[in-house]
Amino acid sequence: MKAVTSRASSAMGEGIRALSALLEARTGQVLSQDRQWRAETALQPVLRAHGLSDVEVLAAHLARHRDMRLEAQVVDALLNNESSFFRDHQVFEMIRGQVLPDIRARRADRRLRIWSAGCSTGQEAYSLAIQLCNDAENWRGWRIEILATDISATAIHRARGGIFPQMDVQRGLPVNDLIQWFEPVAEGWRAHGRLRGMIDFRQDNLLDPQAPCGPYDLLLCRNVMLYFAQERRGRMFDLLKRHSHEDSVLLLGAGETAIGHGEPFVAHPDFRGAYRLPSCARGPARFPLRRA
Amino acid sequence: MKNCLVVDDSKVIRKVARHMLESLDLSVREAVDGQDALTQCEASSPDVVLLDWNMPVMSGMEFLQALPGANIAARPKIIFCTTENGVGHIKAAVEAGADEYVMKPFDRETLESKLAIVGVI
Repeated sequence: MKAVTSRASSAMGEGIRALSALLEARTGQVLSQDRQWRAETALQPVLRAHGLSDVEVLAAHLARHRDMRLEAQVVDALLNNESSFFRDHQVFEMIRGQVLPDIRARRADRRLRIWSAGCSTGQEAYSLAIQLCNDAENWRGWRIEILATDISATAIHRARGGIFPQMDVQRGLPVNDLIQWFEPVAEGWRAHGRLRGMIDFRQDNLLDPQAPCGPYDLLLCRNVMLYFAQERRGRMFDLLKRHSHEDSVLLLGAGETAIGHGEPFVAHPDFRGAYRLPSCARGPARFPLRRA
Repeated sequence: MKNCLVVDDSKVIRKVARHMLESLDLSVREAVDGQDALTQCEASSPDVVLLDWNMPVMSGMEFLQALPGANIAARPKIIFCTTENGVGHIKAAVEAGADEYVMKPFDRETLESKLAIVGVI
C-alpha cells in the first residue's frame, strides 16, 4: 500500500511538471511550488469538460496529441487571475492624491496615458477609471487612454464584460463607488458603460508584446514579476522602459522590486514605493511639458 | 488596540465576525440588537460598529437613526453587514449615515478591505 501511494505521488509530480513546462513555454511563467498544490484544483473544470480522470491522464493526453485548444485551456486554468478593486489601499490613495495631480500639472498637452500590465480580470484598470471619473471636473478637456493587458483570454473576456460577482465588488470597492458606478445584474454587478468605454482591454503576452504603444505616463505592473524567472523579469523591465518617458511613474507589487536588474528603473524621489527611469536613461521629453 | 462592536441577533454570525476581527488585531464586543448596541456605545464608544439590519427590539436602521441623539463621546464608523443586498437598501443605509456596507456572506478579506476604507486599520 505504501509503495502504491509512493508511486502515485511520484507520478502525480510528473504530470504537474509536464503541465508546468507547458505553462512556462506558453507564458514564461514559472509554477512555483506553492502554486503547484493548487494546480490540480484549478484544472478540475478542464478535466471535467474533457472527461479526463486526473492530471496524469491530461498530461499523457497532451503528450500524445497535438491539441492546441486543450493546451490553451490548461494554460488559462493555471494562470493566477486573483485581483481586487483598489488592491493595496495606500497605493491607490497615492495615485489619487499625488501621482495623478503631478501628471496633470506636467502634461501641457492634456493627454493622460496609463498601462495596466497583467491586468487580470480588470479590477485595477476599473479602479483607475473610477478615480478619474470621481475627479472628472479636474480632467475636463483631457484625452485619457487606459490600456489594460493580460495573457489570459478568459480574464480579458471577463474584464471587457465588466460583470463582477458580489464577493469581488465587496473587496476594496467603497460602497459609494459601488452605488455610483455599478448596476446590479443577475450575475452580480456590472460596471457602468462610461467606465467600460474608458479602458482598452487586450489579450497580450508581456514576453511578446503587441498591444502597448508607449510612452505611458503611469505604468502598473503589480504582482506580475513574481511569476517569472530572473532573466525574464529583466526582459519585462526592458519592455516597461521602452514604453516609459522621462516623467513616467512605474508601480510594482508590494513584494516586487526593480533593484537587481541592472537598474532599468530607480526609486522615485517623490512617490513612495514607485519607480522612474534613472537620470542617464531620461532623454528629452517627447511631448509638451510644463516646467516649474 | 481598536475596538469593534459586533451587533447581530445571530450568535453564529457574532462568533464568525469575532474570529475574523480578532485575527485583524481588533478587540471585539458583542451586542444582540440595536438597543443593546446603543447602551454599549453610550457606556464606551467603539471605533467601529459592524451592524446587522434585521434584529428584534431595535433594527440596525433604527440604531443608525438614534445614534446622533445618543450620549456618545465619539461617533464610531458604521459598517452595515446584512443579507439585504438590494441597491435600494444600500442607498438607504448610506443616506442614513452608514460609512460602508458588507453583503452577507462575507469573508475575512472583505472585512479587512472595508475596515481599511473607513480608516480603522
